[in-house]
This record gives sequence, structure tokens and C-alpha cells, in this order.
Amino acid sequence: MALQSLDITRRSATTTPPPGQRKTMEVVKLIDVTKCIGCKACQVACMEWNDTRDVIGANHGVLDNPMDLTEASWTVMRYAEVETDRGLEWLIRKDGCMHCGNPGCLKACPAPGAIVQYSNGIVDFQEENCIGCGYCIAGCPFNIPRLSSKDSKVYKCTLCSDRVAVGLEPACVKTCPTGAIVFGSKDDMLHHAEERITDLRERGFAKAGIYNPQGVDGTHVIYVLHHADKPEIYNGLPKEPAIGPMVEIWKGAAKPVASLALGALAAGAFFHYVTKGPNEVSEEIEKEFKDDTRS
Amino acid sequence: MIRDPEKLDRYTAPERVNHWLVAMTFILLALSGLALFHPAFFPLSQLFGGGVWTRILHPFIGAALICFFGSMFFRFRKSCITTAADWEWLSHSREMMNGDDRNMPEAGKLNGGQKLLFWMLVACMALLVLSGIVMWRAYFSFLFPVAVIRFAAVVHAATGAGMIALIIGHIYLAIWTKESIGAMLYGKVRRAWAKQHHPAWYREITGGRK
Repeated sequence: MALQSLDITRRSATTTPPPGQRKTMEVVKLIDVTKCIGCKACQVACMEWNDTRDVIGANHGVLDNPMDLTEASWTVMRYAEVETDRGLEWLIRKDGCMHCGNPGCLKACPAPGAIVQYSNGIVDFQEENCIGCGYCIAGCPFNIPRLSSKDSKVYKCTLCSDRVAVGLEPACVKTCPTGAIVFGSKDDMLHHAEERITDLRERGFAKAGIYNPQGVDGTHVIYVLHHADKPEIYNGLPKEPAIGPMVEIWKGAAKPVASLALGALAAGAFFHYVTKGPNEVSEEIEKEFKDDTRS
Repeated sequence: MIRDPEKLDRYTAPERVNHWLVAMTFILLALSGLALFHPAFFPLSQLFGGGVWTRILHPFIGAALICFFGSMFFRFRKSCITTAADWEWLSHSREMMNGDDRNMPEAGKLNGGQKLLFWMLVACMALLVLSGIVMWRAYFSFLFPVAVIRFAAVVHAATGAGMIALIIGHIYLAIWTKESIGAMLYGKVRRAWAKQHHPAWYREITGGRK
């Protein structure tokens, strides 16, 4: 849900330009995985600010709680114990919507205006327009949107678009006690990430780097990873996320090609009638039966 | 009430009812499917009570169609078995569309084009049902990996468009061939019509009488 209405760059299932007169600064939430202590304050802040309450789950014997994103838990900490060349490492990643530059969810959505992307880069679901088909779930390269069993609408992180619209940082950023999550203009955040990477490399993390995948035209949630060459070890962060050929065909070429082909077929049929005329019983056969007195 | 005893029975009442049940559900499916396919067609969702209702109803109408279509499959599958003569008929069908039917082999009760349409619709229905189950988010999608759902979406869209194309062709040919809609509406055709369009069938049921 959103307060912004004049700075929309993309609107789902809409073929004309959305209201985009106002241009806002492109923002980024930078998650420095190397600074995260896994305290889950961000999870709590998220549900506090957005006033969502997940069902009380069961203990699975691990720290992950809840075990996965849900319609009420828009961000979760994912914990991984991984053997690397540095020995056993405990990698903690805050998972949630990446706010892609080219969002697969928005591309897949068939409901006009159910998903919008603001000029600041935030991808936001407008649940009142959502029809509950779940196409966004198939379109997302990061497996983020969750369909509510209560109202059959899809929910995910809004990057606190309501807070950002009035000049505040997202709730998770506000609450992070170690400064692992920071928020600001894209330029500032990329600059800050570079500084962090330089620092990490000096500390022996030779493969430290930024996770800002270009396959989705970059993201507006960016990670600093100590092992940027192997994002998969952070609980399956995809190495080269992209919308993918199936969704590209389904939501790209197929729509105009099939629509035009069906229109052309209908028009062709009509003009066949106009040029060739109907297929009637021949005069010869009609006569044969007329002579027979009855038809 | 058809009061002309000379007319020939072409389709039985159950066959006709079955056909029109399929036709009505298919039209509802095509309209709701198009609404979800391209934003240009999204206003069609208003016919079903809005986008949410379109999303809810489309798969259930599909379930109804597969029942009706399944019934029609068992009714017509034997009469739709193609023969060498049907393929010969099909190879000349372009000439016929151009208005020249001198070289057309004699068609039986159903011509090669009708039989081919039947089998193509059967293939489309099979693909649409399988891919549709995978895409049915409320009950089934969680059973499948996302790559399969994406593939099913492409199959469903392509096959759906293909089936709509086949039905546009079917409707047009029914309009083009005068009096054939009557055959499916009330089941009877004139003898002259039968001799013109389905001569082998005409001979068969009239016992060689012209």
C-alpha cells in the first residue's frame, strides 16, 4: 500500500504510461551480511510497523523462526552453517523482497495496478487490485510473494514504502542494532558497500563483494557478502537470478502474437466469406430433389 | 417440431445437448482465459463479476468443460477415426475453400476436416487440463516446483490460444456451410444438403436411393 501516486514507473497489466510526473530519488536498502548477528530485531520491527502477526509455529530445532516467509512474515532471518576454506562459518541472511529493477512479479501479474514500481525503485503490491492468481509467485526469481490463505491476496515486503514516502527509513533499518542494515540513495549505498568490501578484503575475505544482480537490472535491496562468488551458500541466494525464458515468452511475445493471430484469423474468416461467398447446395442437386417433388 | 418427414436425422438430441454444453462452457472459458492473458482483454473479467471472480471461476468452468468434453469424446471418437479417404479429402480442402469442389472425394457422415478438428481439440484439451491443474494456485500449484509452473503457464497460454483459433475456424466453417448450424441445433438436414456435403453418408443411410 502506498501514499505515492505520481511517481510510478511501472504498473502491472497496463499498456499505457502510468502517472510518473514526479521523479523521486532511487533508494537502496543495503544489508551487510557480515555485520549481522542474527538477532531478528528486523523481523520484529517489520511485524510491529506493518502490524502483521504470524501464527505461532513449532520449534524445528533451529534458529530459523518462522521457517519461511509467509503472508504475515515479510522478512525472515535464514541461518546456514557452512564449511568454507576459513573453517566452519555461520552465515545469516535477512531474506525478503529484493525490489528488482526489472521485477518478475510485476511482469507476470495479469491484474491492472496490482503491482507497481515507484521511481524510487520500490516494488509494491496494491492488494485491493490483487485477484489472487499467484502468477507473481511464478514470476519471482527469488521466491518471495506469499498467498494469504485468509484473503487470497499476495503479500511481501513493501520496503516500508509508506515510511519512505514521508522521509523515514524502513522499520528494519531503524531497529538494526549493529548497523548491518542501512538505507539511503542508491549512489550512497553503493559507495558505502565499496568501503565495506575494501575493509573485508583487508581482513582476509578475498571474495567479499556486493550482490546486486544485473540479470534483474539490479535490485533495491543489496547485500554485502563475504563470499560473493558463492551466493548459493547463503541459504540458496540465486547466483544469476533472471526472469527466465518461460516467463519472458508467456508475458512477452505470446501476448501480442497470440492476440494478433486470433484477430487476424477472425478477420480472415470474415473476408473469406466476403470474397468467396457461402458454401451452398449446388443448383444441380437442388433441382434433382425438386424434380423428385419433395426435398 | 420438424414436420418434414423427408429430412434426414444427423445428430441425436443427446449429441446436440452435449455439443452445446461444451460450446457454452468453452465460450465462458475463452472469455475468462483471455481476461487473464492480456491486459487488453482484462475488461472481459467484468462479465464474471470482476478479476477475483474470474480467477476463481475459470478453473471450475474448466473442470465442467472436461466433463462435457469427455462425454463428447466417447460419443464421437469412433466416428472420427480417419481413413485414407479423409486425408485425400483434406489434401483438396484448399481448393474447396477457394470455391472449387469438383475434385473433392466423397465425404462420409463427418468429413476429414471435422475429424481432424476433433482430434486437435482432444490434444488441446489434454494439454490445457494438465497445465491448468499445475497453474491452479488455490489447490494444486504448491505441489509443483516453480520451473514446472512456469512451463505450464506457457503451455496453457499457447494451447489456449490454439484452441480458440480452432474454434474460430469451426464456427466460421459452420456459418460458411449453409444449413449446417441447423444440423447441430435441431438435428435434421435436407436430403439435398446431405448429398451435397456428405455424399457417402447420404448414400449409406438412404440405401443408394438418390
